[in-house]
Amino acid sequence: MIIKWFKYSSPQTFYPLAGKMIPWFAWLAAILAIAGLYVSFAIAPTDFQQGEAYRIIFVHVPAAWMSMFIYIVMAGWAAIGLGLNARLSAMMAQALAPTGAIFTFLALVTGSLWGKPMWGAWWVWDARLTSELILLFLYLGFMALQSSIDDPRRADRAGALLALVGVVNVPIIYFSVKWWNTLHQGSTINMGVAPKMAMTMLLGMLLMALAFWMYTIAAALMRVRCIMLERERSADWVKELSVGGKS
Amino acid sequence: MQWASWSAFFNMGGYAFYVWFSFGLTALCVIWEVLALRKRSQQALRLSKLLAQD
Repeated sequence: MIIKWFKYSSPQTFYPLAGKMIPWFAWLAAILAIAGLYVSFAIAPTDFQQGEAYRIIFVHVPAAWMSMFIYIVMAGWAAIGLGLNARLSAMMAQALAPTGAIFTFLALVTGSLWGKPMWGAWWVWDARLTSELILLFLYLGFMALQSSIDDPRRADRAGALLALVGVVNVPIIYFSVKWWNTLHQGSTINMGVAPKMAMTMLLGMLLMALAFWMYTIAAALMRVRCIMLERERSADWVKELSVGGKS
Repeated sequence: MQWASWSAFFNMGGYAFYVWFSFGLTALCVIWEVLALRKRSQQALRLSKLLAQD
């Protein structure tokens, strides 16, 4: 078992494996998104307080979850890359960052589009919104730092340190609605407490979150394949692969 | 079904702009990311092919 894992931890063997996995995750994402959108728009009832505007929840909350979750996974890969000097782990961290940044951006913008009709403001400097904005800057900082250092192994180490220091922000975002009195509404789902929302609303949110999750895996695998090709351009396996014409 | 008609669906109880902007932007971001990744991998393959032929 251990030997097998080490086998796949080299770019050369992971490249074709990732290529085989991408269509599966992409199809799963598409099917889950269609099911999630159907539940979100056709089945979930109108909210008695917020009317139809609440339907933004079906994209806002999954995007916000993914923004935090991807950061934790990214920092985890970065830590493994730093600790074991494993180049594929560092590449995985690098591959996750842009997708995480996109979900953070979407969480912020859809939140703004929800805030305007409900609160009357596009933006307020409260704890939840501010810490999520800092998350976006952490992603962008990680990407900028990584690309500003020419030596990829040094770039990996510098990026990993930034990612690990920034991880402290994730619990701050998550608990911000508890720790501070914020305009942002409390969490919709609490562990150990019965959800305060209709089952169909919950189902729509979970389906959309799963769709985003599968999409993230597919996108990260696509990106890590690009990174492998770009970094290992002079390696024999890339030469053989590109001349053979197979992707 | 929650909707009396298609126009009621598109109207989203008066919140059409906010709801459709949110979902539309998400779809755009996903499409853009996939296209950008396709382009990037094609470019990477093309460049390594050129290098391999040297």
